[in-house]
Amino acid sequence: MPRESFDHYLGGLQDEVLVLGSMVEKAIARSIKALRERDLELARQVVADDARINQKRLDIEEGCIELVVTQQPVASDLRVIVAILNIVVDLERIGDHAEGVAKIAVMIGDEPPLKPLVDLPRMAEKAIDMLRRSLNAFISRDSEAAMKISAEDDEVDNLYDQVYRELLTFMLEDPRTITRATRLIWVAHNLERSADRITNICERVVFTVTGRMEEIGASKY
Amino acid sequence: MDPKIQIRELDFHYGKVQALKRVTLDIKEHQITALIGPSGCGKSTFLRTLNRMNDIIPHTCLEGKVLLDGLNIYELGVDVVEVRKRVGMVFQQPNPFPKSIFENAVFGPRMLGLNHRASLDEMVERSLRKAALWDEVKDNLGKSGLALSGGQQQRLCIARVLAVEPEVILMDEPCSALDPLSTLKIEELMQELKKSYTIVIVTHNMQQAARVSDWTGFFLLGEVVEYNKTSEIFSRPKDKRTEDYITGRFG
Repeated sequence: MPRESFDHYLGGLQDEVLVLGSMVEKAIARSIKALRERDLELARQVVADDARINQKRLDIEEGCIELVVTQQPVASDLRVIVAILNIVVDLERIGDHAEGVAKIAVMIGDEPPLKPLVDLPRMAEKAIDMLRRSLNAFISRDSEAAMKISAEDDEVDNLYDQVYRELLTFMLEDPRTITRATRLIWVAHNLERSADRITNICERVVFTVTGRMEEIGASKY
Repeated sequence: MDPKIQIRELDFHYGKVQALKRVTLDIKEHQITALIGPSGCGKSTFLRTLNRMNDIIPHTCLEGKVLLDGLNIYELGVDVVEVRKRVGMVFQQPNPFPKSIFENAVFGPRMLGLNHRASLDEMVERSLRKAALWDEVKDNLGKSGLALSGGQQQRLCIARVLAVEPEVILMDEPCSALDPLSTLKIEELMQELKKSYTIVIVTHNMQQAARVSDWTGFFLLGEVVEYNKTSEIFSRPKDKRTEDYITGRFG
């Protein structure tokens, strides 16, 4: 195989994308856990760990550039690298959304809880599930799976609607809840945006497989 | 865009060996078409069929059509000198004649019977300018063409082709004997030349094909596997064999 070292290097980069993906997954899960369990220490840890996510993204980008410069990849090799360059940006931004959730958790601090959190953890779970599957689809070059995952963004959007409406009723009933409810809406917004970013990743999977650049399902937000 | 050359069902044999199999494609006017493929795939043979350069090789046999502006250049009664005047060729090794730069540049016109000094002077300047060589040699036109650097020699050969005012220029690996800087000069020259000429280039250098050409044809075992816009070939080739070749996985 004349391209063995190239394939080896590209495989390594893809592994790094998975590592970054799992760092981001963990950040979402921990930020919601911190919010739910009012674990400020954990929230601060998520904020601090975001720097590692950012650095990982830069490292992967650098690896991609090195591969382009030294190997002049074309066709599917090029598409994989272009996809990685895009995917790491989305992953890093999802990391920022998790950091946003963690910061809100710190902001809320030990204020009395407005209500037990149900839908927000569900949104987070759904986003994490979509994220994991989208990266699996990338690794296995499964554009059909990517299309399917992308369509599931509607579920997150619906949960977002639900959270929004519910929090609105709290605010209407008792204006003293406005601050706390608004903060939770921010959390929901961060999670909703994360799911949108995952649909971008899915688009890159389709691009990797087919070479087509297309939007595969616009989010309603 | 009208095709300058239409190749239809072209078969070519060296003795019993079939080198081209039913090749059909269109060479677009004022575009650069690159032909790529592993050694022995038939791309150079194909290039040479475009100005009947294979005629001089014994025991060869050609079937099919090569239409230059609609005229089949293999039709009986077609003047091969006229064909080669319209379709010029640049080779892998720069091959200036052991004569002065001036005489190299006017070689074609002289062969075609032109001897008027003033028009030869004018022709030399024009073709050397077009070949981006004039400024480097204008004070030394009496110097031997062989005294030039490899890159300059190749541009002299291009000037020699341009002097007979062809419509199509065939280039068979024109940069493979040149250093990177000379290669770049030839590549830039090609971009300039395509405004007035149609260019077909055979190259082993995939990056060169991607850099310079508008259209790319991938040859394998005498067949055209894929022919498309260069950007398509190098970003989303349709055929697995093209993909494998351009990504360096075989060939």
